[in-house]
Parts: sequence; C-alpha cells; structure tokens
Amino acid sequence: MTDTGEGAAVEVADLVKRYPKAPVDSVAGITFGVRHGEVFGFLGPNGAGKTTTIGILTTRIRLTGGRARVAGVDVMSDPVGARRLLGVVPQQNNLDRSLSVRQNLLFHASYHGVPRAVRKARADELLAQFGLDDRPDDRPDDFSGGQIQRMMIARALMHAPTVLFLDEPSTGLDPAARLFMWERVAQLKSEGTTVVITTHDMEEATVLSDRVAIIDHGKLLALDAPAALVRDMAGERTLDCTVDPGEAVDLGAVHRELVKLAAVDRVEDLEDPGVAGWRFRVYVQGETAPLVAVVAQAIGDAGGRLTDVRLGEPTLEDVFIHLTGRSLR
Amino acid sequence: MTTIGEALPSDPSLERTRSWGPWQTGLAILRRDLFVTGREFPIFLAQVILQPLFLLFVFGKVLTQLGYARPGYAEVLFPGLVALAAVLTGLQSTALPLVIEFSYSNEIEDRLLAPLPIGGVALEKIVIAAMRGAIAAAVMFPIGVWLLGSIPWTAGAAAGVVAMTLIGALLGASMGLVLGTFVSPNRINVTFALVLTPLLFTGSSQYPWPSLSHIRWFQVVSACNPMTYVSEGLRGLMVPNVPHIQTWVCFAAAIGAWLVLTAIGMIGFLRRARG
Repeated sequence: MTDTGEGAAVEVADLVKRYPKAPVDSVAGITFGVRHGEVFGFLGPNGAGKTTTIGILTTRIRLTGGRARVAGVDVMSDPVGARRLLGVVPQQNNLDRSLSVRQNLLFHASYHGVPRAVRKARADELLAQFGLDDRPDDRPDDFSGGQIQRMMIARALMHAPTVLFLDEPSTGLDPAARLFMWERVAQLKSEGTTVVITTHDMEEATVLSDRVAIIDHGKLLALDAPAALVRDMAGERTLDCTVDPGEAVDLGAVHRELVKLAAVDRVEDLEDPGVAGWRFRVYVQGETAPLVAVVAQAIGDAGGRLTDVRLGEPTLEDVFIHLTGRSLR
Repeated sequence: MTTIGEALPSDPSLERTRSWGPWQTGLAILRRDLFVTGREFPIFLAQVILQPLFLLFVFGKVLTQLGYARPGYAEVLFPGLVALAAVLTGLQSTALPLVIEFSYSNEIEDRLLAPLPIGGVALEKIVIAAMRGAIAAAVMFPIGVWLLGSIPWTAGAAAGVVAMTLIGALLGASMGLVLGTFVSPNRINVTFALVLTPLLFTGSSQYPWPSLSHIRWFQVVSACNPMTYVSEGLRGLMVPNVPHIQTWVCFAAAIGAWLVLTAIGMIGFLRRARG
C-alpha cells in the first residue's frame, strides 16, 4: 500500500490533515495512486476522511503533511495549475443561482478559458447528453435533486478535466437518477477520463469502481479491485444465523462446535441493534447449504433455537466489517 | 449521439486553455458579475439609491423649506450623501453576497475552483463592489439636480471628486469583505443592524467634521469612521468654502484605511475559503 503510482493520474503520499483544534487527524497518513483512465472509489462511513481527502486533492483544503499530485501537478505548490486539470462535482448544490442552467455551464467554461465557440457547442452537447435541454434557460432553483446533480456533472465537464472528482454523487438521488449517474460515469471512463468517487454505498463502489480504497478514521485499510477485496476474505461464502434470545444459550459452546468443522473458516458476531437476538456469521469454504443442519444442531445442543438463516456471498460490506469490526452504516 | 469525449484535451481548440492566465480568469469572473448586475440594474439602483434619496429629500429639501435647516445646508449635505452612497453600496455589495455564498449557497465554490489564486476571487469581489458603489454615487448627481435644482460643483474639482468617490467605493467594498468573512452567518442580521446605522450617522455625511469641535467626543467617534474622510474629502472639493478636513489628509486617511481593511478582509477571505 506504499505505492503512490509515480506518474499516475493522482498520487498521494503520507497525506495528513489535522484541522485546527481537532484532537485527531482527519486524514492520518494515507498513500495511494490512481491510474490514468480508471474509476477509483473511496469507500468509508461518514467522517472517515473521504471528503477531506477529496478537498485536499481539489485544492480546497490545505494539507498538514505529505504530498498530493493531480495529473502530475502538486496541489500545494501549484494549486492554480491543478485546478486547470481537475473537475469537481461536490456533495451539495453549489450552482450559481443567479444564472440559468446553460449560463452556469458557459460561465464555468469561461473561467477556465474555453474559447467562446467551443464552450457554446460543448454546452449544447452536454445539455443534450444529460437530458437538460428542455429547460436550459431556467434558473437551477426549481429542479429535482437528480437534475441538479446532472447539471453539476455537466458543468464540471465543460473544461474537459483530466481527473473528475465526484463527492458522494448518489446521496439523496432516487434509483433512476442514480442509475443515470452510474451510466455517465461508465461512459466517461470509456472515453478515458479518470474518475475519483467517494461513497458510503457498497453497491455503488462495486458497480462503478475499477479499484476501491477502504478508508476509516483517516486511514487506508485496503485497496484493490472490488472482486479481489472480496476474494481475499477468509471465507468464500457465509451463513448468517439468528438465535432466539429468550433461551439460556451457551454461545461459547456453539462457537467451539462450529469452528471444529472443516468447512468453517471462522465465526463472527454481527452487531445489529435493529434485530432482536444473537446474530453471527459463519464463513464457509465450499457449499453452505449442507451446513445449515449442522449449525442448527450445534445451536440446539447448546440450548438455543435457530430462528433465521441467510446464505450469502461476501460483499464489500463484509470486507469492511472484517477490517473495522463494525458495519458501514 | 455525440459523446462527451469529443472535445477532450486532444481538441486543439481546448489546448488554448493551458496558456490561459489567472488575470483572464479574474476578468471572466468579473464579466459574470457585470452580467448579473446589468440584468438586475433597475432593482440594484432602487436598492442603493432609496436611502440617500430620502435623506437628501427630507434633510436637504423638506427641513430647509420648513425653515428647520439653514438655506445652505443642502450644499453641505450633498457631498456627504455621495460619499454615503459610494461607501455603503460598496459595503453591501461584498458583505451580503459573501455571507450567502460562503454559507447557504456555496456558490463561490465554482469560482474558488477556477484557475486563479484564491485571493484573486476576493480582489474581484472588491472590484465589482466598488463599481457598484461608484455607480450609486454617480446616480446621486442627477438626483441632486432634480431634487435641489442645483448641486455644488466646480469643473476644476471633477478629477478629485471622481478619485475620492472611487476610493470611497473601494473602502466600502473592503469594509464589506471584512464583515462578510469575519461575521458568522447566523449573526449577520444583528451585525448589520449594529454596524450600518452607526456607520451611516458617524461618517460626517450630514455635518462638516470641523463643526463638531463643541461636541468633542462625537468628533473623536466620527474621526474613527473611515467614511468621514470620504465625506470631508468630497465636501472640500465640492464646497471649499465650508470648513473641512484638508483634502490631502482625507486622501491619505481614506487610502490608508482601505489598505488596512483590504489586508484584514483578505485574511478573513482566505480563512473562509481554505479548510
């Protein structure tokens, strides 16, 4: 994980950010590289340091230590140069409310020196592509969240950035709008734009990203392709069991019985305050179904009663729980 | 359907982006502000003109006609109200938008992400606000002629009046930069109430400063308000026979105050703009 990816689209080395008066670092020394043309996902819970990292990379937040380069430009020593090459789609609506949708795109391009004729053609093209060409002269106030999101992506693309940063792009979007955004990101990738995206949504990270960095408490815990992260998990498949809490169950005995089995890698308790009862997850090698009877028997022998069983393939969420000991949400 | 990538950096027309300088970005941002100001020009004028207009009408015309103010008072008042229009319009043109753009709308972010130093965004704010202040001050002249019949004017003082008005507008803009960046958004209403009214009535716009020698404490308070030097400067240039602070002192004090406030406002702006 010390590979900063020299010459990569984004290079980050030992990045640290501590806000004034904060007791701990928001970003506590992370190192990674984003390859040209890939979609790079930042996965972590709220407050993990994702947005701070994006803020540093987009020159909006000054780093405390380490270094960060975007498209080969150091964000601390040449923030103006970096801003030329990057595009940002922020979490919150920051569209210019005094301008129409089309003017938002045009003025943004003018700030970046896109020649007049080019920016007009490009604005029309992007408005059409993002389905915004029916009301291009309206102010952005009375559009839906999904449309606002599309406007902000279209605006960020006006100056043809080398690296596009999307901060929590699907937060607050309905499923259709989310799907639309995913399709746009996939298209951008196919056209060669490097995309860095933050999310706390495993599905989004899995679907969109070529590689995912899992971040928590400002530290980088894992970095790989989603499939590889899941494959690296100790168990290939899982069995989630819920046991009736009313009984005097000897949990230790159940644990001991299960891990004796050859097909069982390990057993982990699941913390889920929303569900009554004791929940645990059995990580299994090979087929899970034949194990159900064995598990039920072990619980019965220990004086408990199995009330629910779920068979599952591991997901990024399992990877996250494995790494941090808690759920993503 | 065309694709997003067609005009990506391989497009030679976009290569020009690379030679684009921070000054040009600053001008592009200024063009945006001019565009918005221009589109809402009548509303803008109504906003900035009503206060000095009514002050001029009530104090300069009504009170004089009723005999409560001396006949020459309008001449003393008029230069002060030009100063007031310049300074307060400048102030309101930076303070309020900054508070809104930094907190509620985040609108400023797109400009902070433009390829120019962050301080350039603040400078542009001062420039556009000063332009608005200068326009508000300029509009006072036809209004003065219309309300009062004539305004104090000497052709020889024109350059000085223009210069002092511009300095006043810049001064107000920088005051607004300080207010807009140091005051927290939830306190802006009370701050405006607490700052604007004293500023309005201690800036020597309604009275010549030297005539306060009998109310010493108020003279000291007025001397602390940078607007006093703009009012007195314009008064000295437009009605030289009325006792006034020496013109060079006014220029020096107003420019000095402007530089100090700009430096402070810049610190506030950078603090707000960077995490």
